[in-house]
Amino acid sequence: MRKFLQMGVALALLAPFSTLADTTTDIDALRQEIKSMRAAQTAQTATTPNSTAAPPSAASRSPSTFNPAISLVLSGLYTNTAQDPASYVISGFQLPANAEIGPGTRGLSLAESELSLVANIDPSLRGAIHLALHPDDTVAVEEATIQTTSLGHGLSLKAGRFFSGIGYLNPKHAHTWDFVDNPLAYQAMLGTQYGDDGVQLSWLAPTDQYLEIGAELGRGRSFPGGNNSRNGAGMSALTAHTGGDIGNNHNWRAGLSVLNTKAHALELDGLDALGDAVTNAFSGRTRTWVADAVWKWAPNGNATRTSLTLQGEYVHSTQRGELTYDVSNTARASAYRAVLSGWYLQGVYKFLPSWRLGLRTERLNAGTPDYGSNAGLLAVNLHRPSKITLMLDFNPSEFSRVRLQLAQDRARQGMRDNQLFVQYQMSLGAHGAHSY
Amino acid sequence: VRTVPTVINEIQETTMVMMTTRFFPTCAALLMVVLMMWMQPAHAATLRVLACEPEWGALVQELGGNLVEVSVATTALQDPHQIQAKPSLIARARNADLVVCTGAELEAGWLPVLLQQSGNAKVQAGQLGYFAAADVVRMLDVPKQLDRMQGDVHAVGNPHIQTDPRNIALVATALGIRLQQVDPSHAANYAQYQADFSRRWQQAMARWATQIAPLKGLTVASQHKAFVYLYDWLGLKEVAVLEPKPGVQPTVSHLQTVLATLKATPARMVIYPAYQDARSSDWLSKNANLPAVKIAFTVGGTDGAKDLFGLFDDTVARLLVAANTHNVQP
Repeated sequence: MRKFLQMGVALALLAPFSTLADTTTDIDALRQEIKSMRAAQTAQTATTPNSTAAPPSAASRSPSTFNPAISLVLSGLYTNTAQDPASYVISGFQLPANAEIGPGTRGLSLAESELSLVANIDPSLRGAIHLALHPDDTVAVEEATIQTTSLGHGLSLKAGRFFSGIGYLNPKHAHTWDFVDNPLAYQAMLGTQYGDDGVQLSWLAPTDQYLEIGAELGRGRSFPGGNNSRNGAGMSALTAHTGGDIGNNHNWRAGLSVLNTKAHALELDGLDALGDAVTNAFSGRTRTWVADAVWKWAPNGNATRTSLTLQGEYVHSTQRGELTYDVSNTARASAYRAVLSGWYLQGVYKFLPSWRLGLRTERLNAGTPDYGSNAGLLAVNLHRPSKITLMLDFNPSEFSRVRLQLAQDRARQGMRDNQLFVQYQMSLGAHGAHSY
Repeated sequence: VRTVPTVINEIQETTMVMMTTRFFPTCAALLMVVLMMWMQPAHAATLRVLACEPEWGALVQELGGNLVEVSVATTALQDPHQIQAKPSLIARARNADLVVCTGAELEAGWLPVLLQQSGNAKVQAGQLGYFAAADVVRMLDVPKQLDRMQGDVHAVGNPHIQTDPRNIALVATALGIRLQQVDPSHAANYAQYQADFSRRWQQAMARWATQIAPLKGLTVASQHKAFVYLYDWLGLKEVAVLEPKPGVQPTVSHLQTVLATLKATPARMVIYPAYQDARSSDWLSKNANLPAVKIAFTVGGTDGAKDLFGLFDDTVARLLVAANTHNVQP
């Protein structure tokens, strides 16, 4: 205790000296600032005709005062499907009952509205929240994060709820997707878009070549994880991305990520050997690998008039643990192992300043799961889900978009679903970010 | 006896455990080692500068000579509003000691994302390593009302400040001082570069002042509202704009309206920036029988605009040619 006191006294005595040093540098900086302002002033009086107007200070021009930047995305849909969306399943993939899969509601519907608030908290932190207002009058917190801004050395630490940085599409908000829906591989293996509560550390290498490495730890709150009530982490992820330019016309990015999740008694909808719906429960670990690549082309790098984007991702998921068959009746537990995979490939071509045409093709493979002693009780799936999607969108301004999408969806065994969507997406408020 | 599948299973289990127990600490340790290596500024010799637009890249080169290593985020043929925070730019922002941009929301769509993703504390807005040129000039076209009804308007005024050489002079003064602050050990050298540039620039401005005399008071049409500072300098009068609202592509029906306007108040020429598609200007040129003038807009926009001096030499020359052309035609 005494030692601490002594140290405290010593520190207190030293403190004025350090502030003194600060003051001298501060005075120097101020002196230089005044000098620069004076020089600017004289230069202006010498050369500008209307120099009576005082040069406004930077602060007075800042469009954002202390209020956070607010932006809102409004979206609506018309959906026409040949098959009833209520019967939508992705054959061979056992998913939670509340999984957001398939074309959603038929007819006219309001789509998700997204409200975002972003602001700096203090000189070293930044806060953001993205709320999804669902048409059924519920609100979901999609992301709510604090993030460091001044760690330096290419480091950035994020905490809160966020979309994992795995893959290319995963961290992207719905209004920036090139199609109405996310690819089947995301719907079947990543719960449409994997988000979690946790921390994320990312590091950008100090090289001319872009190389970003990220590590995440989380609770594992949603599919492929779930029901984790533990002190440790239920999710861990590692991501690595690299990319660059090839001349002025081309640029690219590619990456490899792995997501480890734990699930405890996570109820999944499956089919029994007779083809009837049954609820099973999965306890165990899932490891999901995502390989992603995107390549963009624009003449002279000017995408205002013409551009082409090609992108593809491959998702490979291994579930390992225990599966309890028919939790409400038989409840028979057995060892379980399944290897799932899928990919999509898409191209989006901007052929006029306001018009884009897109094509996406995708395929899933549920493999042959090893159900252990439950083998005879569960359905054997031989179907390989696939889908082909065509999209045309019109962007009258940077802030508005109307989209027509046609799809032939073969996610359900023995059923072909022709889907048509007409969608609008409008953004208002703060200027949106042009992320890569 | 262990069977092959069980062994495989065991290996997989072990890797799973490693993933969560030993893997992350190992990675973190590796990261720390790499970090330690890079804590020391190995390349302290030159100041790394990332310029958002070519004109600021050229200016930094003039003011920093061989003390700076400049890289430019955009080319003269790209629309500075429409850039994406692409990987190569993130990498360059991460390694920059100084970022020099126009500001005034010109880069609003991509620069904030770039700086955020860079993990570089030095170049964040408000730091010494972030320089916004628009902060030191008198802004024109400041909107009285902020509403997207008016298109993609910029709250603090028109950001295309580089088309007036008097603005370049103002920015050069402030930027020279900023270079001295960011790299104080070479302050004297920067002061020398700045004095030299300033002298040459004043001479060039005096030359342009006599050359541009015949342009004063001429009426012009512009494709994008990009030349307000140029017109302010030259004394040109803008009588029509082809884009119905800033950033909105002109339609044929809108061009017809512009044509009708020009019948009442004729323009001597139509002006468009090199990065924009010439189609609507060409259409007007043909239908209103007036010359379409491509303006370099920034360094590298035309063959003549090799540096800042060339940029204004070329701009003035093209405008003079167009002004004379029209005198010949009825």
